[in-house]
Amino acid sequence: MSEAARIETTVEVAEPRATLKFLPRGLSELKLIPVIAMVMIIGTFVHDAFFTRANLVNVLQQSSELSVLVIAEALILIAGKFDLSIESVVGVAPMVAAWLVSPILIGGSGFDLHPGVALLVMFLIGALVGAINGFMVARLKINAFMATLGMLILLRGITIGVTNGKTMFDLPEAFLFLGNARLLGVPASVWLAGLLYLVVGLFLRYHRFGRSVYAVGGSPEAARAAGIRVERVVMIVFIIGGVLAALAGLMLTGRLASVLSGQGQNMIFTVFAASVIGGISLNGGKGSVLGALTGVLLLGIIANILTLSQIEAYWINAAFGGIILAALVITRITTGEEQDA
Amino acid sequence: MSVDPAGESGSVAMAPAPAAEAIAITKSFGATRALDDVTLTVRNRSSHALVGRNGAGKSTLVGVLTGLVEPDHGSVRFDGRPAPAIGERERWRQEVACVYQRSTVIPALSVAENLFLNAFPSSERPFLSWKEIRSRAGQLVAEWGIDAHVDTPAAELTVGQRQLVEIARALRVGTRFIILDEPTAQLEAREIEHLFDQIGRMQAKGATFLYISHHLDEVYEVCREVTVLRDGRLIVTSDVEHMGKDDMVSAMVGPDYVNPTEVTDRRMRQPATGGLEVRNLSVAGFCTDISFRVGPGECVGLAGLAGSGSTQIAAAIVGLIVPDSGEILVTGNRLTPGRVDRAIASGIGYVPEDRHTEGFSPNLSVEENLTTSVLSKLGRFGLVEPSRRQRKAAELADRTEIVASSLDQLITELSGGNQQKAVMGRALASEPEILVLVHPTAGVDIASTQTLLSTVLGANLGILMVSDELDELSVCDRVLVVFEGRITAEFHAGWEATDLVSAIEGVQ
Repeated sequence: MSEAARIETTVEVAEPRATLKFLPRGLSELKLIPVIAMVMIIGTFVHDAFFTRANLVNVLQQSSELSVLVIAEALILIAGKFDLSIESVVGVAPMVAAWLVSPILIGGSGFDLHPGVALLVMFLIGALVGAINGFMVARLKINAFMATLGMLILLRGITIGVTNGKTMFDLPEAFLFLGNARLLGVPASVWLAGLLYLVVGLFLRYHRFGRSVYAVGGSPEAARAAGIRVERVVMIVFIIGGVLAALAGLMLTGRLASVLSGQGQNMIFTVFAASVIGGISLNGGKGSVLGALTGVLLLGIIANILTLSQIEAYWINAAFGGIILAALVITRITTGEEQDA
Repeated sequence: MSVDPAGESGSVAMAPAPAAEAIAITKSFGATRALDDVTLTVRNRSSHALVGRNGAGKSTLVGVLTGLVEPDHGSVRFDGRPAPAIGERERWRQEVACVYQRSTVIPALSVAENLFLNAFPSSERPFLSWKEIRSRAGQLVAEWGIDAHVDTPAAELTVGQRQLVEIARALRVGTRFIILDEPTAQLEAREIEHLFDQIGRMQAKGATFLYISHHLDEVYEVCREVTVLRDGRLIVTSDVEHMGKDDMVSAMVGPDYVNPTEVTDRRMRQPATGGLEVRNLSVAGFCTDISFRVGPGECVGLAGLAGSGSTQIAAAIVGLIVPDSGEILVTGNRLTPGRVDRAIASGIGYVPEDRHTEGFSPNLSVEENLTTSVLSKLGRFGLVEPSRRQRKAAELADRTEIVASSLDQLITELSGGNQQKAVMGRALASEPEILVLVHPTAGVDIASTQTLLSTVLGANLGILMVSDELDELSVCDRVLVVFEGRITAEFHAGWEATDLVSAIEGVQ
């Protein structure tokens, strides 16, 4: 048979991409901005206190821990995996650190460890949890849902067990700095979260590791064939995720000036909601942290408006859940992107 | 709902209406006219071939015939009746079934469940009768010669068995017009023969086939009529008997065709030192004690059937699988087993077998896909400088003659041939000394094939061509034959096709 005797039959018609074209390609991750603006206008009408500097700074601070956790989850999601246990790291890492520095009298260890060392331990716990998750998922090929669910339950248990369910108070200044310090009237935790978004955003876009994360999330087989060490990339995003979760825990500790035994509980649901609303695909390879940030801000503003609107406390969760569902439907329709094909 | 295949025999005498007609179909996508006044008539119980090059309009026509693409002008009829309205998927499914290369069976379910999916025989009653499903499935399996037990999970079927299950499912529902979209692309010779036998039997029982293939030999073997499309126009419809292969090819390629053999110059290079050396390579269950060399600038074919172990040899060289023993050297340097990144750094370039899974990341642009393997070389401190990436990608696109409106396009928006050029570009990005190509021109049109082969042959690289396609092997200086995990024969350029095929098939 000659070469001439071959024809091809692959798809000849390229599907036009189903996205809104009103934004240039690089800015497509900012498509939630109009929605946020709209919600803010609504908020202004709902309550006089909404559009005030103090309240908006308050929204930013309350969103800062969530936003750092969303960076952690977004990295892992873009790599095509996910991690349910990061919310438990928010609890366990500061709890163990607080336990190490606190006297026995208030439920601590009595070791009287230097606060700086304790904070180092805190980050190491985050890294270790991430490494174990990464190992289970990337090397042992255990389903990410089950592996990180098991880890979530384990760490929740440890958080309560280590101090017999007590809340840790009277923490050293090093633990509270991120919650207390202010620069130009804005809390340090907000500056830190903003800086992290900038750094991680640029890193994902302009560093080869960042591009590898996208390649792995899009097609692990193709990434492997191109020489990317897929398991290593997955390991690293889990470790970064764990460290960022520990940091989010420290930020929460600083804001509340204590470590609660249930710290971080239920945050994971909002983390996923914000990520997906912000354009991160649960199937991997798509989305950006900047987009995810808009998801965080949208949910943060909505939560704030709900609080201000004096909805009965018992109904706030239901209202928030309803709004998350509505936001998912609206973003699905306005962006035209299928989240689960 | 199910129609007895023999039940239509009474209508034969009165010259039934064509099984399917596409009448004066015109369809444009933006500025591109994909189909221009095309009329296709598929006679009842015929097997009709549809051939044409990349962009000829085959996929669009199949889309129109299956109700997935709405034509701008023209109409579709089945058995003389107008086709259902666009969107009435259930009614379209009654009229036409399409078996794609990508399977639509559900891997986790058994053959029996796949055959009766969502239409179980006992669906009148509240509960399923597994006994009835299994016995009815058993009848279908026996009737259509599907060589598998009804309880086998579909995941364990061969590609050929899965295709037969899909066809049998369509026929069971009562669909009599079946489109086969390149059904033999992933089949071995024996399975292809079996498929052809079954197509013949199904035709005898009342089925009509529209057959799309890039192997013209198959068209002659299976089909009675052929329609050739080119650039969205119908060039000719004829009885296969009355159309020589040369005529068919020239209808497909048009007047401005250049014979690729005139472009591809034969290369006879003397292997010197260096190049790729494989010593005593063994991968349990796939290959044993494989040794060979590919000199710099030499093109060596590694020919074997699917399952012969030839693709695993390539995977071990590239570092995708860790061999059990043996070593692999590039220009004298031993490669680290199982490390693709080191293999690339040592001078290996790789074009994988299945571009859809290993070839590219569907979420990334052409530019990013071209440069995935060289991210570390696009800036200092691991940074990827956009301008350098752009330059590198543009150079590779130029070299592999990728046709794209922009390199920012998603790679999935390119045609198959151009996607494969991008995969080739990715392999060339690291300036390799050795290229490992696995079926590099599978599913690629003639023009792109020509570009792909001339790109690599012109680069003066050592090439290992893993293939069982004679076209691909014909550009090699030497061909090594792998049979059941061992190298059993070696041919030098100028081999007789029958000798080589016999060796590949293991005929003594």
